[in-house]
Formats: sequence, C-alpha cells, structure tokens
Amino acid sequence: MLSADPASPAWSWDLVGDFRLMWSYPFMVNAFRAGAIVAVVSAVVGWFVVLRRQTFAAHTVSTVAFPGAAGAVLLGVGAVYGYFTLCVAAALVIAVLRGGGDREESALTGTVQAFLLACGFLFIALYKGLLGGPQAILFGTFLGITAHQVSVLLGVSVVVLAVLALIGRPLLFSSVDPQVAAGRGVPVRALSVVFLVLLGAATAEAGQITGTLLVFALMVIPAATARTVTARPAASLALAVLLACAATWLGLVAAYYSPYPLGFFVTSFAFAGYLLALGLRALHGLLGRTRVPLPAEEAAR
Amino acid sequence: MNRAMPTTAKFHDAGADSGVRRPRTAGRAEVVRDGSEPVLDLRDVAVRVGGRTLWSGVNIRVGAGEFTAVLGPNGVGKSTMIKVLLGALPAAQGEVRVLGARPGQANDRIGYLPQRRSFDASMRIRGIDVVRMGLDGDRWGVPLPLPTARRRAARERVAEVVELVGASAYAHRPIGQCSGGEQQRLLIAQALVRRPRLVLLDEPLDSLDLSHQSAVAALIGRICHHEGVAVVMVAHDVNPILHHLDRVVYLAAGGSATGTPREVITSGTLTGLYGTPVEVLTASDGRLVVVGQPEVPAPHTGRHAPSGGGHAVG
Repeated sequence: MLSADPASPAWSWDLVGDFRLMWSYPFMVNAFRAGAIVAVVSAVVGWFVVLRRQTFAAHTVSTVAFPGAAGAVLLGVGAVYGYFTLCVAAALVIAVLRGGGDREESALTGTVQAFLLACGFLFIALYKGLLGGPQAILFGTFLGITAHQVSVLLGVSVVVLAVLALIGRPLLFSSVDPQVAAGRGVPVRALSVVFLVLLGAATAEAGQITGTLLVFALMVIPAATARTVTARPAASLALAVLLACAATWLGLVAAYYSPYPLGFFVTSFAFAGYLLALGLRALHGLLGRTRVPLPAEEAAR
Repeated sequence: MNRAMPTTAKFHDAGADSGVRRPRTAGRAEVVRDGSEPVLDLRDVAVRVGGRTLWSGVNIRVGAGEFTAVLGPNGVGKSTMIKVLLGALPAAQGEVRVLGARPGQANDRIGYLPQRRSFDASMRIRGIDVVRMGLDGDRWGVPLPLPTARRRAARERVAEVVELVGASAYAHRPIGQCSGGEQQRLLIAQALVRRPRLVLLDEPLDSLDLSHQSAVAALIGRICHHEGVAVVMVAHDVNPILHHLDRVVYLAAGGSATGTPREVITSGTLTGLYGTPVEVLTASDGRLVVVGQPEVPAPHTGRHAPSGGGHAVG
C-alpha cells in the first residue's frame, strides 16, 4: 500500500514517455490534480499565515488533522471528512480562545494539541493497522487518492479562494495595520475569525498531500520563500503559488520513481527553493546595497 | 527614551532648531479659516472610562487648516480624546461634532495615525503598499491587474502623497527596513492619502530622536497650513511642536484649558493644572519653552476625585 515498493518504476530520460506512463495510472492523475489544487490553496492561505504570524495556529490545526483522519477512518466515514471537520473545529476553538486579544493561548493550545495527537495514535491502534500505520497520515501519501476526494478538494478550494478574493484587501490591511484598519471601519475581529476557518480548511487539504506533520511544506515555506524574493504583495503571492505547485509536482514525480515517502520530497524541494532564495538575496545584498527601483517595477504595480 | 529625557535637553532642543523656523505670520490662521462650519466642535464634553471621569468640561473648536495639540501628563486620557473623536468611545456628557456629524459618521474623511506602531524587519511589505492601504485597503474584493484609469489615478495619488512627506527615496523599500522616522513619514502619508479634512495623530513624535522629532513636527505643520488639513495631535511634550501650533488643549486631572499657545501656556495656568510648579520661559527669539512639565502620571488622589468644573482658560 505504501510507496516503499522495491519494484519502483524506472526513470528513463524520455520525458514524454515517462509522463505518459506515469499518467496512464488513474491514481497518479488524481495525485497530480489533487496536488495542484492543494498547492494553490495552501500557498495563498499560507501567504497570509506568514504575514499574520499565525504559524503556530496553523501547526495546531494541522496536528488536529491527525486524530481527525484516524477517527473518521475508525468510524468508517472516510478520512476526507475527518480532516475537514476537525481542522475547521480546531480553527474555531482557537478563534474563541483568543477572545478579544491577538495573543494566542499557546500553553492551553499546546496541551490540547498533545492530547489530540495521542488520541489519533490510539485510533490508529484500534483500527488495527489497515491504514498502513500512522505514517501515511503523518507524512503523506499519493496512493489511493480517489476521484471523489479530488472533487471534494476542488470544491472546498473554490470556496476558500472565493472567500479570500472577497476579503483579500481588507484582510491584508488588517493584517499589516490592524489599528488603522479598524479606524477605517474594517471588521478586523470578524476577518480574523473568517481567516482562521479558511486556515482550517486549507490545512485539512494540505494534510492530505504532505501529511499532517508536513503541511508547513506547502503552507509556510513557499510563502516565506516568495517574501524573501520580493516585497510586492501581488508578486510574492503569485510566486508562492508557483513555488508550491512546483514543489508538489516535483515531489510527486520523485516519489513515483523512488521508494521514499511523498512528504519528504515535497518538503525537500520547497526547502531547497527557500535556501536558494536566501542565497540569492544575500548575493543581491552584497552586489548592490542601494539599488534604486526601476520605473518599470513601479509601473507594474 | 524620550520620556526619560531631562527637561534641560528639551530646552536646548527647542532652541537649537530655531534656525530652520519659518517666520510665522500673525494672521495666517485667520486666512485659512473660512466661514464654514468648524472641523471639530466639542462643547462641555466629559468622558468616563470604567466609571471614572477622565476629563470633563472640555470645549474645543477647530477650524479648517488649524493645528491643535492635545497635551497633558501620561495617563490623563489624551488618547481617549482621539477615541471619542473617532466614535469608538461615547462622550459621557456634552456635545461632540466632527466634520459636522456625530463622531464615527465621518471617519472616511479623517486620517488617523495610532500611537506608536513600528514594523519590524520581518515585515516584507513596501512602504508604498502601506500607503496604498490607506487609500483603498478597506474595499472588499481584489482589484484586477488591468491598466484602468482608476488604477492609474490611485498610483498617482500614492506617489503624490509620498512626495509630499518626502519619502520617495525609500517608499519602495520593505517598510520593516526603514528607520523609525522614515516609517513615521510613510504612516503620515497613509493618513493623508485620501485627502482627509481632519487628521488625528496620536503621539507621532514618540520614540523618534530629536532631529527627527523637529523634522516630522515641521512636516505636520507644513501639511496642516499649506494643504488646509486640520490636525489634532496628541503629545506629551509640547516643545518640538510649540511654534507650529494654532491651538492647544491641556488636559489634566484637575480640569482642562483650551486656547492659543500664548493664552494657555503660561506658568500660572500650567502650574494650576498640574498642581506642580511649571515654568514657561521665553527664548531669545520670542518662542515659548515649557520647563518642569510633569512626565509622571498624575497622583492617584487627583485622578479619582471628580474632576468637574474644568476651568477653561482663554
């Protein structure tokens, strides 16, 4: 069931042939589709997560996805629903715990997080192994992604992106400058709750590709990389999406041709991109400290 | 760090930047003040927070293009004044009219700069993006990247206001990499970008070093008098802004005083308000310098006493 199959297909250097062969398997086509959908949503939501410094909230929500998926499988209702139910519920709980303030209740959240993780482990044990162990949920798998799962992912993604498109500008304003935004009549508090729900949905999606422990590979790394490269909001958002898609698809190809898990590859490619961006920025800083922005850059805004 | 500064340093500062001061025409405030309704009209206003009256009996009338400072010791409720003007806190008593409407009704014509906020180095958003948010950041939906006339107009307006505050050189850098003074100029640009008729600034000079304090104060004074924007600025140190001011409002636990600087900033008035000796000196060029202004919160006994009967001077 896992990708640790000694008879992994061999990579020939005939790229067209390789891809044709890979995509002749419906599960691989589904994996590529699901990967693309998840990459786009995670990168966009993750960009705001990095901007708002809510990576701990994202981490909590993703941890909760593990007992969610395991519990759903144990109950026989399908892991997909377990992911979404518990992630969105966790996001709402965080929103309530925060109350009026912006500070996260980190100690309480951490405590509950640890307990839920333990519950997930128990559910796996109770289910007696047919899940392929906790590894698939924790570290991701591309096997067994059904067409139904892809359509659920697509539906949720469309809703998440539509809501983000609607609230994007006020959300950006209230993330960067909450006091002034509130003075201008932006409902800062309501936007924060809505965003946490979107975060829950996006985390549930990412968890199904990278595994719940590695959602940061798609949520945080592409956004962090893009923001290292450019400070222009639109450009860095687009770049984050591009990087997430690239990491996911490269990861899928690598995992298909090797016996190692998908989450490792996606994370490694994303991380390599981050290191590359840091290196480029350091180089850029060394070459020219006082670069005047080109008029073309200004006009592109 | 500013708060801990000895008062003698303020004295020197106020004297040191006298060289760059533009000559002040006596009738200027009258010239920009047209016959229309006042930008701000407070009559006998009192404010209660948590059952405690912070200040009361405050009367303020601010015309277009006037520079008003709200002064007083820490904790007396100066920032609360801004909240009242924005409609975030109701006045317990009296009448407040902001731009001819009830507070909160005209917030789209008010520029607001909250108390000191700074962006740390991890804030990878350009200065002009922050300014742009002041223009249309509260609109729902995401603009399509099409070269429309509205888009061009928005870009030109942002460039114009960035130029006005003298931030063009660094507005394209990530704002987290700008210095405190540079960030403050960009935030002032953000408050001005919608061409407000009134700008509320909450301690904009706080935590700036002395040279930036006088430069930013001069910038605010210039915008106020040349662009015809009324400015209400909360400050705890009057000296850097004193020679730009048209009107001062002193809040203290015992009451309040409103009027022109010459009327209100006298040793007698300030000593009476603060209940501690305050000296107002006249520098060699005729400017006022306040010395011995208390920098610590007012004594508790005074804060809890019902501070009715604020004596308005001037």
